[in-house]
Amino acid sequence: MNAWMQISLYLVLLLLLAWPLGVTMARIYQGNVPGWLRPFRSLERLFYRLAGVDENQEMTWQQYALVLLLFNAAGFLAVYLLLRLQAWLPLNPDGLTAVSPALALNTAVSFASNTNWQFYGGETTLSYLSQMLGLAVQNFLSAASGMAVLVALMRGLSRQRTDKLGSFWVDMTRSVLYILLPLAILLAVFLVSQGVVQTFAGAETAVLLDPTDAAATTQTIARGPAASQVAIKQLGTNGGGFFNVNSAHPLENPTPLSNLIQMLAILLIPAALCFTFGDMVGSRRQGVTLLAVMVIVFVAFLGTAVYAEQQGNPRLDALAVDQTISAAQPGGNMEGKEARFGIVNSALWATATTAASNGSVNSMHDAYTPLGGLVPMLLMQLGEVIFGGVGSGLYGLLAFAIVAVFVAGLMVGRTPEYLGKKIEVYEMKMATLIILIPPLVVLLGTALAVSTSAGQSGATNPGPHGFSQILYAFSSQGNNNGSAFAGLNGSHPFYPLSGALAMLIARYWLMIPVLAIAGSLARKQIVPASAGTLPTDSLLFVGWLIAIVLLVGALAFLPALALGPIVEQLLL
Amino acid sequence: MRQFLRYLRPVLVFLGGFTLLTGVIYPLLVTAVAQTIFPHQANGSLVEQDGVILGSELIGQPFDDPAYFWGRPSLTQPYPYNAAASAGSTLAPSNPALTERVTARIAALETAHPTNTRPIPVDLVTASASGLDPHISLAAAEYQIERVAEVRGVETAVVRQLVDEYTEGRTFGVLGEPRVNVLRLNLALDALAADS
Repeated sequence: MNAWMQISLYLVLLLLLAWPLGVTMARIYQGNVPGWLRPFRSLERLFYRLAGVDENQEMTWQQYALVLLLFNAAGFLAVYLLLRLQAWLPLNPDGLTAVSPALALNTAVSFASNTNWQFYGGETTLSYLSQMLGLAVQNFLSAASGMAVLVALMRGLSRQRTDKLGSFWVDMTRSVLYILLPLAILLAVFLVSQGVVQTFAGAETAVLLDPTDAAATTQTIARGPAASQVAIKQLGTNGGGFFNVNSAHPLENPTPLSNLIQMLAILLIPAALCFTFGDMVGSRRQGVTLLAVMVIVFVAFLGTAVYAEQQGNPRLDALAVDQTISAAQPGGNMEGKEARFGIVNSALWATATTAASNGSVNSMHDAYTPLGGLVPMLLMQLGEVIFGGVGSGLYGLLAFAIVAVFVAGLMVGRTPEYLGKKIEVYEMKMATLIILIPPLVVLLGTALAVSTSAGQSGATNPGPHGFSQILYAFSSQGNNNGSAFAGLNGSHPFYPLSGALAMLIARYWLMIPVLAIAGSLARKQIVPASAGTLPTDSLLFVGWLIAIVLLVGALAFLPALALGPIVEQLLL
Repeated sequence: MRQFLRYLRPVLVFLGGFTLLTGVIYPLLVTAVAQTIFPHQANGSLVEQDGVILGSELIGQPFDDPAYFWGRPSLTQPYPYNAAASAGSTLAPSNPALTERVTARIAALETAHPTNTRPIPVDLVTASASGLDPHISLAAAEYQIERVAEVRGVETAVVRQLVDEYTEGRTFGVLGEPRVNVLRLNLALDALAADS
């Protein structure tokens, strides 16, 4: 009962907040900045002046892609150098050493590509300077890059007979200045009020009340400027934690209220972008249709996860352990979960963070029941299109929409259209690339890992669960999610390096075809709907699109899932 | 080359500008606001007594003395509740190591209080996600009340009243799980002993 109250409250608040935000974002991208953000206009113009950019000069899709790649490459290089040099740089109160090359490479790719996979342990590996100048900055910029690509695609769908898609610099700058930064400041201050730390003083030492280990009579409490980083890690669907255990850490996510607000922040912008999409293509119904697809799939997966975790661990039934749900305890499978979150908030977070390509965690997915752990894994494998990353989620779902109208068109023998644009061979080729590259990366990466000793050495659980750990790691990096089953051992360079490659491919080999589609569609004329047009704002289309998404995901991954979580559930 | 430089300038300006804005000004601004409005929270919600820092309200501590309430098992290395290196449990339900560890934890709890034969609330024998979980469920506190009262030689009613005092309900009656803050409860127990 309480479970459904918490879940309903979450969904209602999410939709209520996403609507006005999405509408405001559409205005911002169309150059109509709301009054209260106007003071930042001069800052925006200052950027353009210094950079020598004319804000009215638009780009073709090739220029847009080139500038985006250069900008992301520069960001990658900056993070890599920071991590390698952190030992000699300031703001390192705890005296951490330079990050190893493989780990620095993985982390830099991870943040530039909006994945934020954590092979590093925040408080033990990264200095405050690295967290701030490196990771936090990329949290903003990689998110803004994803949003910019989506905006370019929206322009491609709504314009005709042009090869111009807008300016990457303008779209990226506006995403940061008017959307991400104001929201992040509000969220960060709120999180501090709940107990998230925000200080530049180093760790604090406390005297333990009841020392249980002769080696430790005091407790060193790691601190740092966490709130500012946590705020943007959630809003930008980044997910890289300040502390090793991410948002399970009591100083990163201290209360049920901070938990609710962080979960809202995870899905807020991806949900809002559906409204932005509707407004920018001139039909809010079209955006709501896509949002409906996301919400329906989300709720179905969420229900499964909550149910599976509430069942508890059957292997503990034989012991003197009470796993029942009651008013006095959450019960269920509490291994790897926090008492303040219990089952419901842990499963809700796990579903939200993998539906979006966020990847932050407030419980350890590795310790979930096999069925419960299958939910986050499959959500990532669906290609991060159920909400997905900021920008990247919706452009991924739009690729599925293109495939959906194409398949429907084949059935009735008519040229498929989406929003009045004819979908032809070129668009289909690109959409197919977008849909098939992630599964390819995930499955090939997993196959390589399980067939080499370097790969096998990473699994820390025996049997089918060890396979699940590896499959999860590649699903996460190959879809730019970044959440981890956490058990995987990243000390051998195999995982950091293969993971970095997977993240690069999943991010940029998708962005480029998306921009190519945008460029091709922008040149086409918008044809009025006829009797033979499949309406893409109907309930029928919602169902059809869900079917296509699930079908592609299931066809690609069922065999692999059968070897991991499914067989493990049967063996329990 | 000229072409390349034309692209390079905006790349460097935007990267540098946004590094300054989002990497320096943003965290400094948030820190300034946080330290002004919420200094206690921003510095880790520390518990201080006579100038000595006894811990953080939000960070659990290890307990194995039967006179104290025990918290969640912690898997941080090299010792439990190491707040300098948070770490969670990554043991799958199917992992035999998990069953072994839970068995050992049950044995420890039963040794500490042999007359208590009730089944043990699951959160008391399973490791937390952070290794620093400051809370236990109400059931886990209830399970330990008699033991703590017996060892300390006080009425169970007195201990139960303290537990109630340090119980945090669901936020707004809806959010999260009801729970007891172990460190604060144990500090209160000691304060009670010091008073009497």
